[in-house]
Amino acid sequence: MLGRSVAAVLGATLAMAAACKVEARDDYLGDKDPKQFSIGHDATLAQVAALDIDVSPNGAGLPVGSGIGRDGAAIYASTCASCHGDNGEGRPPYPQLIGGPKGDVDFSANAKIPRTIGNYWPFATTVFDYIRRAMPLTAPGSLSADQTYAVTAYLLSREGLIPDTMRIDAHSLPLIQMPARRRFVDDDRRGSVGGKNVR
Amino acid sequence: MTEKPISRRTLITGAAVAAGGALLTSLPGEAQQTTASAAPGGASRVVAGDPTKSPGAPTTAVGTRSPFVTPARSPIGEITGSSLTPLQAFSGTITPADLHFTRNHAGTPTIDPAKHTLLIHGLVDRPLELTLADLKRFPATTHTYFVECAGNGRAAYRTPKPEMTPQQIDGMVSNSEWTGVSLATLFREAGVKSKADWFLAEGGDACLMARSIPVRKAREDALVAYAQNGEPLRPEQGFPIRLLLPGWEGNVNVKWLRRIKLGTDPFMTRWETAKYSDPLPGGKVRWMSFEMDAKSIITSPAYPERLSGQGWWPITGLAWSGRGRITRVDVSTDGGKQWIGAEILSPLTSKAMIRFQHMWQWKGGESLLMSRAVDETGYVQPTMAQLRAVRGPGTDYHFNPIRAWRVAADGSVTFEANT
Repeated sequence: MLGRSVAAVLGATLAMAAACKVEARDDYLGDKDPKQFSIGHDATLAQVAALDIDVSPNGAGLPVGSGIGRDGAAIYASTCASCHGDNGEGRPPYPQLIGGPKGDVDFSANAKIPRTIGNYWPFATTVFDYIRRAMPLTAPGSLSADQTYAVTAYLLSREGLIPDTMRIDAHSLPLIQMPARRRFVDDDRRGSVGGKNVR
Repeated sequence: MTEKPISRRTLITGAAVAAGGALLTSLPGEAQQTTASAAPGGASRVVAGDPTKSPGAPTTAVGTRSPFVTPARSPIGEITGSSLTPLQAFSGTITPADLHFTRNHAGTPTIDPAKHTLLIHGLVDRPLELTLADLKRFPATTHTYFVECAGNGRAAYRTPKPEMTPQQIDGMVSNSEWTGVSLATLFREAGVKSKADWFLAEGGDACLMARSIPVRKAREDALVAYAQNGEPLRPEQGFPIRLLLPGWEGNVNVKWLRRIKLGTDPFMTRWETAKYSDPLPGGKVRWMSFEMDAKSIITSPAYPERLSGQGWWPITGLAWSGRGRITRVDVSTDGGKQWIGAEILSPLTSKAMIRFQHMWQWKGGESLLMSRAVDETGYVQPTMAQLRAVRGPGTDYHFNPIRAWRVAADGSVTFEANT
């Protein structure tokens, strides 16, 4: 009698254990689930095009259009200066854009050293990408492609990176070499390796 | 004093008093028999001298905190600002969703979930558009993870003051149970091509916040979350969907997620170049520094607490590591001369907060309390001096030094940044 009930409890426990077996669902190539569930629907080219605004350092994603720095000055004055200052000097909490120290600068020595496009931005394309995404703060997306090129050219020219007469477009913008590019290094933190902790 | 139902006007006055902080200071006196307070939604409360002598409030559709409990974030800035979690107000490990820290770059958008979609495209076999309803049809995954802003601890690193609370020191970290779809599942659904090593994650806020993420993170543990602590995400946490990259700096956990684009290389947005990069001595700048290293902070005793007398006191706090499990937390009561292993009160969950405790007998003298987290890689939370030596005073993110609290002979507790 006792033996039978122990067996019954054991059997029930084993059955529960089997039922509770954890199935790995996060497995990237798990074979429990179908490879695809066929949920959602295919995005059309138009749907992709409507959102696909990112610009890469090689220029991929830059739109048709162009602008020169001289033309960007007026757009900057009317659209950007109220937050970033008449000369890009920044009006806290809005950051300084141009005019930071050039050359060998150790930014880790003092947080107050201005980090500006000319000394801290590794890619010129990022300036265009960011303005197109997010600026101006109160009306993002309101600048045309030409206006965005022009403001980008204005900021780059004020930093002494290009002449204010240079026309930038999808071809020329990615070719502009940014002084800050050489600063950037990959993350070498690895937790603890061989007892060495802090990097 | 007779009890009577209180009018809405009285309630508003009560709320104003509560907001001013006067309520809490006046309540402990038992002489005060009746205190009015307002709960969100206008429900009335009467705090009787003896709650066993009259019926309590009726049931309600949505619960509220006790009028005696008023934890609050501390908002800093407006559209592009942050709001810090009151770490000292919590027990256990879970952060209430309405108190989870926020850091927004263009405000909190109001998004109609019926109109919001997630587009997955680029180097995929099948560009996909998924609605929230679609996402909920996939197998779900639920885990507890911390989220910590990369800049958490900056004020304590740059401009420390003795009068800083845990919230002001390290309030840009929170811990929640997140539910959603494994990103690996969605990548398999879209047929991510083998040459895709990076993806761009873009939010649907007014700055289209975007970060580049290695595809390997999707294979490890990334998810697209639609729920937090059992309920749909709050708008400030990304409603209706956000990216959740366990253990990685807050900024890459893109909220209001609307687009994922697979590519071969990083896309180099502003937030991964000019921002969220770490200046280092020698003029270099570290980028793509995703993991949040091990960290801990004692949340009590902490400023502005004051020990009321000698005897036994719990030293309690939180620890977490973006590289996996916390394996131990050590506590010191003598400024780091001697360390003793603390009791761990919660499961040692990977990339989630754990709660530690150490019972301490205060004998009335001055003490310097510290906690030190160790994670499964063997990494030991560094001192402020160690961190400053390798990063420099002007570095910008990833501040995880040992935190210390100075207990004075009179029982007052203040923050000591230099460890």
